[in-house]
Amino acid sequence: MTTEAKKQIIDVGDGAAIPRKSDRGLFTAWRIAFFGAIGTLTYLAYTKPDPYLNILKFVPDGIMVTFQVTLGAIVLAIVLGLITGLGRISKNRLFNGAASLYVEIIRGIPLLVQIFYIYYALGRIVKVPAILSAIIAMAVCYGAYMGEVVRAGIESIAKGQREAALSLGMNGRQTMIHVILPQAVKVILPPVGNEFIALLKDSSLVSIIAVADLLRRGREFASESFTYFETYTVIALIYLIITLFFSKIIGVMEERVSVNK
Amino acid sequence: MSINKRRKMVEATEIIKIYGSFRALDRVSLDIYDGEKVVIIGPSGSGKSTLLRSINRLEEIDRGTILVDGMDLYDPKTDITKVREEVGMVFQSFNLFPHKTVLENLTLAQTVVRKRSKRDAEERAMVLLEKVGLVAKAKAYPANLSGGQQQRVAIARSLAMDPKLMLFDEPTSALDPEMIGEVLDVMKDLAKDGMTMAVVTHEMGFAREVADRVIFMDAGRIVEEGTPEHFFTAPNHERAKLFLSQIL
Repeated sequence: MTTEAKKQIIDVGDGAAIPRKSDRGLFTAWRIAFFGAIGTLTYLAYTKPDPYLNILKFVPDGIMVTFQVTLGAIVLAIVLGLITGLGRISKNRLFNGAASLYVEIIRGIPLLVQIFYIYYALGRIVKVPAILSAIIAMAVCYGAYMGEVVRAGIESIAKGQREAALSLGMNGRQTMIHVILPQAVKVILPPVGNEFIALLKDSSLVSIIAVADLLRRGREFASESFTYFETYTVIALIYLIITLFFSKIIGVMEERVSVNK
Repeated sequence: MSINKRRKMVEATEIIKIYGSFRALDRVSLDIYDGEKVVIIGPSGSGKSTLLRSINRLEEIDRGTILVDGMDLYDPKTDITKVREEVGMVFQSFNLFPHKTVLENLTLAQTVVRKRSKRDAEERAMVLLEKVGLVAKAKAYPANLSGGQQQRVAIARSLAMDPKLMLFDEPTSALDPEMIGEVLDVMKDLAKDGMTMAVVTHEMGFAREVADRVIFMDAGRIVEEGTPEHFFTAPNHERAKLFLSQIL
């Protein structure tokens, strides 16, 4: 009965295929892929422990590093995205201009180049561990995309909400904090989940700057044992399992949020 | 419910509002006195909502001046939030905060803007919910209320700020017919309590019963203005006669 504007779904399109109950095909495919991957890994490790079990023993350190980079980068990217999103809708021309420029520049440079660039640029000023520079590079890149998600989320909240808050005497900041952002979060959450999975996969790029993530550990093992095919089979399956695992969690979270509306 | 002619709550002079090449408001002047109930009617697109929304500056005007309780809306020294604290507004689409309960809808601005304690704000909120007959819904979320209930909560939310003036922008236009009465009743009670009100509405019965003055707008101008008796029985302007013949 309320004439509240329809909540729009933001779909940034990259990231992962989130298995939703409404999409039967994907839902079934998720099960086949997830349990198939686990089954295959188990089977290989059991029947051919050399090299498969050895690879599996060698890479867990790398998985931890991959998680560290992903988690660190996503948290930073959300903070950056919030600032950028607010900047993009700000009436302050300096703030708005800076945020827009940031988005334009970052979106125009490949992530791999950004990682190299930030690693060597930071290296000129301060000595930071490679992993930190990797996290910063990923966050700077994803912060720009996250900014657009935040902006779209804020803009999806009906104009009447802002007007109601203003007419009660709230200023712009109070309106944003108490009325707009709490509602925007629900709209923003699913695409942030998507970005998280995209970031998880893209984190493999940091192996290029001496960060011992999952892919890097795999490469180290392969080049010593000359088992390239076997190693990359395992690495691919592990990435697949992790990604599918998180896409499932995000799918469940999305459903919870939409129920609570 | 007497009108204090010496105190103007609203003093709008020669205001002009232009959208592109369209004059939504064309040199409109309007004074509203303390305690007065003004009902604004007219065909859609006549500028009545724009006029109402310009009174708390949700709509920016292009020329003219607007004073609310003596404060000039366009004086750079005027803090617009201070003006809005004193001016309640009720919207056609209710605009309750969906993520907050009914009670929280009523206490939010009280605590954030008026800096009242949570306890005081809740006390005030419950008094107003009593008044609009929705005490039982204090813990409910807006989505679980009917349209009529939502609009009554929205009125109570505005009143919680203890405004000096209330603006109603087609408050019953989005309601199912059977819910219009309950909202109008709340507004009539408010009028009896002496609230200064400006109401844009299509409810002619309400205008007749409550208005001290009826204003008829057409094409961005006020074309007829007078008491309900005068307006509904002997309007001067052809456009007003036509409008009445269509709507009554």
